[in-house]
Amino acid sequence: MTWFKRQSGELDTSGEKNVRTEGLWIKCESCRQIIWKKDIEENLNVCPKCDKHFRIDARTRLAQLLDDGQYETFDANLVSTDPLKFVDLKAYSSRLKQAQSDTGLKDAVINAKGKLNGRPVIVSSMEYAFIGGSMGAVVGEEIARAVEHAAAQKVPLIIVSASGGARMMEGVISLMQLAKISAALARLDEAKVPYISLLTDPTTGGVTASFAMLGDLNIAEPGALIGFAGPRVIEQTIRQKLPQGFQRSEFLLEHGMLDAVVPRKELKSYIDRALSFMAQKAA
Amino acid sequence: MTAFLQRGAQVPGNPGFSGAAVTLAGTDWLLSMVEMGWSTRNGDGKAMEMSDKARKELEKIEQQIVRLRAVPGQDPDTRGQIDQLNQRVGLLRDQLSQNPNRPKSAWEKAELARHPQRPYMLDYIERIFTDFSEIHGDRSFRDDHAMVCGMARFHGEEVLVVGQQKARDTKQKVYRNFGMPNPEGYRKALRTMKIAAKFQRPVICFVDTDGAYPGIDAEERGQGEAIARNLLEMSRLEVPTIAIVIGVGGSGGALAIAVADRVLMMENSIYSVISPEGCASIMWRDASKKELAAEAMRITAGDLKELGLIDSIVPEPEGGAHTNHEAAATFVDNALQQSLADLKKLPVKNLVAARYDKFRNMGQFFRVEAQ
Ligand SMILES: [Zn+2]
Repeated sequence: MTWFKRQSGELDTSGEKNVRTEGLWIKCESCRQIIWKKDIEENLNVCPKCDKHFRIDARTRLAQLLDDGQYETFDANLVSTDPLKFVDLKAYSSRLKQAQSDTGLKDAVINAKGKLNGRPVIVSSMEYAFIGGSMGAVVGEEIARAVEHAAAQKVPLIIVSASGGARMMEGVISLMQLAKISAALARLDEAKVPYISLLTDPTTGGVTASFAMLGDLNIAEPGALIGFAGPRVIEQTIRQKLPQGFQRSEFLLEHGMLDAVVPRKELKSYIDRALSFMAQKAA
Repeated sequence: MTAFLQRGAQVPGNPGFSGAAVTLAGTDWLLSMVEMGWSTRNGDGKAMEMSDKARKELEKIEQQIVRLRAVPGQDPDTRGQIDQLNQRVGLLRDQLSQNPNRPKSAWEKAELARHPQRPYMLDYIERIFTDFSEIHGDRSFRDDHAMVCGMARFHGEEVLVVGQQKARDTKQKVYRNFGMPNPEGYRKALRTMKIAAKFQRPVICFVDTDGAYPGIDAEERGQGEAIARNLLEMSRLEVPTIAIVIGVGGSGGALAIAVADRVLMMENSIYSVISPEGCASIMWRDASKKELAAEAMRITAGDLKELGLIDSIVPEPEGGAHTNHEAAATFVDNALQQSLADLKKLPVKNLVAARYDKFRNMGQFFRVEAQ
């Protein structure tokens, strides 16, 4: 305790200058180089030295994908009712409140309408910072609504996944959201409206076992962790070390499970290219 | 019990003995000791003696809970944790009471659902269906023995049966991969369901798996994609579909054959998003809290019916399906006949529309808040 106090006291005497510069530099977790924070931000949050794709939040994602960073959100006001009154070491209700105040969101997804290279699109962008991007009844409903909007308005759909899977604190209710969204996607498929699934770091569990793998095209950012079972569960089951690069985007591409791995700065043009291919031909 | 407490008392700073003040951590610690003592009981003559001691400790703990509750101005977290202590005391009391008529706890149901003598899919096929002819393989990689698919006659009517198959002896367990399918199992299931749809034969799925297999090759071959594809295709399969959870409904690996017009659960089966042990080790950071996790996740047939996630509950013979396979099969037979008769009244178009609506409106637990 005293040790900690003394240390923070030292920080104070060392002057503000030191503290301020600290926030301006970032040490890349991948190449371990110290990089000017602004350089990373200007590079779409990708390390300019090693191309490490840092995780970005749902709003930044929407701003990067949509023209002029402009978009209009919809169905942003749904809130979980904590149907199981779930309590573990903490109450789920207080986890929700904490996540809401941390992210400024009501749950782990943002539904948005905007334009991608001039083309109207609907985007559901998941927020990993909200309880691990986990999917409960609210995320299920919001994504299902986005799918239905896309089908009704014949506007292409993009779902950006960033999720640890189903939300345990909503039990089987969360599992049933997989069926709900997959059923809605069957209808979107019948309406012949394009759906691009963009998998980002990380996309695991129930999300991988449903909408993330059901795009007309399933594409991923480089180096993203993507899998059904989490690496730890697999390690415990088979009791051996996992191979290098296992469950990363490039691994999935190699095994034929992804249509493309696309660097962040090329995402917009790749999706635009795909939507042009999928645009309904005039009668 | 005393031994546990004494051993604990020597730990410096032990929250259970921090003077007269009752703290949440202290009560929690005491209760853990009682739980641990009870769960390691060895079934000899000491059990009675132990349960007496445990009862006395529980009384003490209940008094502490009353005092904890009396503290004013608690946040919902603390209140939730006190409720949970109370719930744990209730669970222990139930176990100590040894009253055969008390309702089974979620964990006890989980144990019944996993009972090694419980009838498995093929035990039901043998008793309820005739002329069963298996269809093997996914036409792409190999035949998955954890998933059994085949043509069968149900009271004379042609149907497709699909289901995960567990096994009892070691050799068979390995052959069946402990009832945990790989992607090719789910792809075989879908392939055969499409044959059934083409020839207008109803599909009956028997759900009994701890989950889809979590392995390196399963991931390489797209376990997620295989399950996802089944969810999508089953939602629009143009034929009556029934799924019955006969044992363990383990998460996505179970749901992948359970997007059906009628979803039934046997009385002592469970259906959950993760195993109670898995949930306990993640949320409580302690796998031994499995009983609490089982309760909290609401995994029993009664829970799911109440939450509107399944259509009906199939009774089991007294003591559970493992005590009498014939009787269990009769219950399943009756339930399937009933469901199939209901479904055949509807034109297939309406059936598919109703199925969509059912899953679309399922589990809508949210409220709309002002911006
Ligand atoms: Zn770097």
